[in-house]
Amino acid sequence: MAVEDWATDYDIFDPEYCADPGPIWADLRERCPIAHTERWGGSYLPTRYEDVHAMAGMVPALSNQVPIVVPPVPLTDPVTGAVIRATPHIPPISSDPPFHGPARRLILPAFSPQAVARHEPYTRELAHRLVDAFAGRGRCDGAVEYAQQIPPKVIAHLMGVDENRGDEFIEWVRGILELGATNPELRVATAQKIFAFWGAEVAKRRENPGDARGSGGVPRDDFISELLRGDLAGRPVDDEHAMATCNLLLIAGIDTTWSSIGAALWHLATHPADRERLVAEPELLPTAVEELLRVYSPVTMGRLATEDVTVDGVTIPAGSRVLMNFPAANRDPRQFPDPDTVVIDRAHNRHVAFGIGIHRCAGSNLARMEMLVALSVFLERIPEFHLDDTGAVTWCGGQVRGPRALPLIFPKA
Amino acid sequence: MRVRVDPEKCQGHNRCYSLAPELFDVDDYGYASAAGDGVVPPELEDKARLAAANCPEYAVIIEEG
Repeated sequence: MAVEDWATDYDIFDPEYCADPGPIWADLRERCPIAHTERWGGSYLPTRYEDVHAMAGMVPALSNQVPIVVPPVPLTDPVTGAVIRATPHIPPISSDPPFHGPARRLILPAFSPQAVARHEPYTRELAHRLVDAFAGRGRCDGAVEYAQQIPPKVIAHLMGVDENRGDEFIEWVRGILELGATNPELRVATAQKIFAFWGAEVAKRRENPGDARGSGGVPRDDFISELLRGDLAGRPVDDEHAMATCNLLLIAGIDTTWSSIGAALWHLATHPADRERLVAEPELLPTAVEELLRVYSPVTMGRLATEDVTVDGVTIPAGSRVLMNFPAANRDPRQFPDPDTVVIDRAHNRHVAFGIGIHRCAGSNLARMEMLVALSVFLERIPEFHLDDTGAVTWCGGQVRGPRALPLIFPKA
Repeated sequence: MRVRVDPEKCQGHNRCYSLAPELFDVDDYGYASAAGDGVVPPELEDKARLAAANCPEYAVIIEEG
């Protein structure tokens, strides 16, 4: 059903919203800065930077227990009759204080700038390998053959899992977030597959904790092994927490980053002046990455109001779900002059693409490194590329937005 | 000029550290603090302002003086 009034009936899966939500947010920001819908179980949608900033600090009144807002319904297991969470438990993103802090401290060291730098050589080698496969062809799908391939394999590498499992990771993430967003049965079936996989990986390391990589094939310096040796508020990490944390990396670390890499490639394919400038001045890449993250922020996180909350004159009643619209905040003209334009060397950029407050994306340094390496290798190998007009670009929407098909053409190399 | 990081506000975005590594340290968890005594040499004052203007948490504080 088509949307008539975005202020009272928005739909984050509407094709118009998926293709280009910018004009919709611009309208809402002036007319109704906190919109509401009954669709997909109902939610509230802020669009101003200041409001999103304030709401991120409303902890735990705006709780993180349901970071994925749609679908809303708890499901019943057909065999046991037990209620199944439609949103998997993925600490610390699905946690509130006081449990949130220790769960977050457990994983942060794996994503510090120094720790992330250790994965850069692998990421660079992978990016070159991907370009090798299509450089001679003169065309590729920048989303499917490049952007989508990098994060799952980097996550597999980081977790000490065969990189070929990356293809299954893609299917699983789509089953939870993209296709699963409107199909709760698929989401639950996918979650069960994922848990079985992590359960086996955890068990393998518990049985053989000291083995070096290559001895019995069980790694020990990977994320999962570190996790199992970790400390959770003074207690050892149990299997359930370890599996749920592995689940977080899969769900939070893959389609988010591939959406960012894909959107950046789309921008450079459609804005030749920016592409040419980055080829000529690669030292601008870190600043450009922040600006591309601002304009094409992929992630809208969910919150649950545990009490009545008033923001910008609007009362959000207890029990309501809220979409933390970081992408819209990043286009607010009160915070960013000329907000819809990518200014490749924008110097002042307090963007909130990774969220703000205690739930700031724990993997943000990893995502930045992947984006930087992905763009730098692509521009080095294929400095001139354009959209292939014979194919169609498609964008997926919902809570993670990015291109899912991105046909590109370029001179054969 | 002096620079400092409000530990109550810093959430470990690392924007300051990536823009001005001479002026900030980050701990194992990614949280930032001013390097040394926080005094900014004149040639790094622009970098300090840039770091402050890119912190999404408004945690980087410049004290002119």
